Amino acid sequence: MVTCKDFLRELGEYLDESTDPELRAELDRHINECPNCWVVLDTTKKTINIYKGLEAQPLPERLRARLMEAVAKKIGSASNGHDC
Amino acid sequence: MPSEPAAGNVAGADVASGEVLLVERARQGDAEAFSALISKYERRVYRMARQITQNDEDAEDVLQDTFLKAYEHLPSFQGQSKFYTWLTRIAVNESLMKLRKRKSDRTVSLDENIETDEESIVREIAVWDGTPEERYGQEELRAILDEAIQSLKPIFRTVFVLRDVEEMSTEETAEMLGLSIAAVKSRLLRARLQLREKLTRIFKRKGDQILGYV
Ligand SMILES: [Zn+2]
Repeated sequence: MVTCKDFLRELGEYLDESTDPELRAELDRHINECPNCWVVLDTTKKTINIYKGLEAQPLPERLRARLMEAVAKKIGSASNGHDC
Repeated sequence: MPSEPAAGNVAGADVASGEVLLVERARQGDAEAFSALISKYERRVYRMARQITQNDEDAEDVLQDTFLKAYEHLPSFQGQSKFYTWLTRIAVNESLMKLRKRKSDRTVSLDENIETDEESIVREIAVWDGTPEERYGQEELRAILDEAIQSLKPIFRTVFVLRDVEEMSTEETAEMLGLSIAAVKSRLLRARLQLREKLTRIFKRKGDQILGYV
């Protein structure tokens, strides 16, 4: 019998789909019968997905200029050093 | 995650996107190719640095130092991992160094003992009210998510960002942070549950019967 405590302990593996099929079936059975664990599973999935779905924002123009300038300087000094 | 075709030692996704050529050209000192790689990854590197360091100034330094180091060490990049994984490794090291500089070693320990069990993290058990992405504006949602991440201890947010935001594997994350696989897994679960707890307090459907384990 899978308890809520067992379910929470296995939740990470369950979410990453790395539990073996037998255990997975037992965990599935548990969430069908336990509203608490079903809600925790559902809201944890949503938590992960909301972060995954958020696109990284463009860099502030000033920051991008600073980065490109530093890189250009680095590349310039590297190629000067080789002299081939 | 989509499965990737094996292509010798070279990561399949990199081949598919033509990135291998770009990396090869940058290795030969082609500044344009390196700029293209920067343009492709600058946003993600900066976001990762901000999420881990929680400090804009540090994140700006990390962004710059990451690409400078990448350029410097490009000749030693063998193409056994994806370029982005390799870049992430540099960015994580730089970010952790910044964190260590700002805080006492104790608060940035990556390997502290975690004795709380999962149950004690889960208090708020309630369904969410619709879809937050639809209920909140982009800016507001970003602020909520940032604040939730910010409240996590460095080790939890670093593991979460690497695994669930940047989609590194458990093995890659373990290697980058010098942790065991088991340690990464347990920290990731706790990070996910802590974030779930915080977001549920904000996103839950009001007026529902409150469930609970106790
Ligand atoms: Zn349960």
